[in-house]
Amino acid sequence: MKKNMTRRNFIKASGAIVSSASLGSLLWPVKSFGLGGKPKPRVVIVGGGFGGVTCARYIKKFDTNIDVTLIERDTQFVTCPFSNLVLGGLRDMNSITYNYDAVKNKDGVNVIHDEVTDIDMEKRQIKTKGGQTFDYDRAVFSPGIDFLWDKVEGYSEADVETIPHAWKAGKQTTLLKSQLEAMEDGGTFVMVAPPNPFRCPPGPYERASMIAHYLKTNKPKSKVIILDAKENFSKQPLFTKGWEALYPGMIEWVAGTKGGIVTRADAKNMELHNEAGDTIKGAVINYIPHQAAGTIARKLGLADATGWCPVNQKTFESTLHKNIHVIGDSSVSDPLPKSGYAASSEGKMCAAAVVAAINGIEMPNPSYSNTCYSLVGPDYGISIAAVYRFDGAKIISVDGAGGVSPADADESFRRAEALYASGWYTSITQELFG
Amino acid sequence: MWVTKPGARMLAASCLALMSFSTTAEPVSEGAMLSITCNGCHGPDGKSTGSIPAIGGKSADYIEKALLDFRDDKRPSTVMKRHAKGYSDAQIKLIAEYFAAKK
Repeated sequence: MKKNMTRRNFIKASGAIVSSASLGSLLWPVKSFGLGGKPKPRVVIVGGGFGGVTCARYIKKFDTNIDVTLIERDTQFVTCPFSNLVLGGLRDMNSITYNYDAVKNKDGVNVIHDEVTDIDMEKRQIKTKGGQTFDYDRAVFSPGIDFLWDKVEGYSEADVETIPHAWKAGKQTTLLKSQLEAMEDGGTFVMVAPPNPFRCPPGPYERASMIAHYLKTNKPKSKVIILDAKENFSKQPLFTKGWEALYPGMIEWVAGTKGGIVTRADAKNMELHNEAGDTIKGAVINYIPHQAAGTIARKLGLADATGWCPVNQKTFESTLHKNIHVIGDSSVSDPLPKSGYAASSEGKMCAAAVVAAINGIEMPNPSYSNTCYSLVGPDYGISIAAVYRFDGAKIISVDGAGGVSPADADESFRRAEALYASGWYTSITQELFG
Repeated sequence: MWVTKPGARMLAASCLALMSFSTTAEPVSEGAMLSITCNGCHGPDGKSTGSIPAIGGKSADYIEKALLDFRDDKRPSTVMKRHAKGYSDAQIKLIAEYFAAKK
């Protein structure tokens, strides 16, 4: 301990931007080597989404000498952002599907397509379904969310083929889209929106908007009903105003206390039952389940009783286990929202924290931001933004900054924000996969 | 104290070697912490190729003035004034210098 302190002080005093492979290197199992035969420090990242990929790339940006392994089950990544545009008929699946070639080839991240099954925190080893073992000095978990299947009677994981969630983009998006395409004009689309906290707070309402756009264009006699577990939702006044402008009379939103809380689902008869005892039939039903931190994080003991992962708000290191960081939707990082942009912002700060820790330097104060665009219609965009800092104990939203698009904005403002939504998408996906 | 220990000289030597080896790496600086979150919209190193303006490589004066004007409601914007209000003069200067260096 004393020795470490002294070394750190020396490095700080010498003014060097130290590049890894130096501190405590004799303790590391010898597998890969940096310069002078020293083993390179190793970081293993679990989950190749907005948080994990961004973190991997920024670790390499800050320190090329760190050996970064990214473990991701799938070889392709379909973004949740803009998957609602696929449902609206504005985009196709190809345009929101990516692979890990650039992460591998441009940044030299070791990308492993396998599934993490276990961890040995003493030996600092991560194990996979494929039988591989990865040593780490620091691990970063970014497993996103998984669903809680026991919250609504009669609905289980098997029912997602009939009543899709489409809350992880991919096959589920395609399924929901094909159901909408098969629906007759005059049919009712019913969405069940989840209680807080959940991934992408404005997401269900952008989805309702995009589906209303598709139906208005192709099946104008149809209806959209949102059964919501909540009493209010993100950007609500802006969505409500947009719906009145673009889809008058088409979208009905039902608050929790007004019958929005669904207690039973019946996939066979395509029926939902609410607390009030009503039966709601849908030609197409989209049930977005209750959520918790990715299953792997809960299985490995990174989550607390809430089902989410508590972290040090500066470094995103787990408060339950040392040398393991948790970022993205799985982590408890509010007021940062569970959004792809926030996950990416967290991935960057976590990368800085990991590089600082490995090199024994002090991490500067982190700074986060979030920008979420939602499309109400193809030329009607709205946004929410915020800037966040670490106040010494927790993350806070900076007073006076942030907020939503103005309520009284004109058509050109909404059009500009729709255009910027596509620019946002171009940029953030380049950050990840470009 | 530790300098006299075996291996310490090697440690110092490897630090120096790595410094020159990692010239492409970016320092974990306060300016970087404030700036890299902007890349989410403005693209890697601020070099957006989409509908959001690129800022990487623009002059520090230009970026600083733009941010100050957004913040102080002197330049119209959609979302930028909401962001700019989250930064002090000194922080804006650091951001401007960070992106100006991304030639």
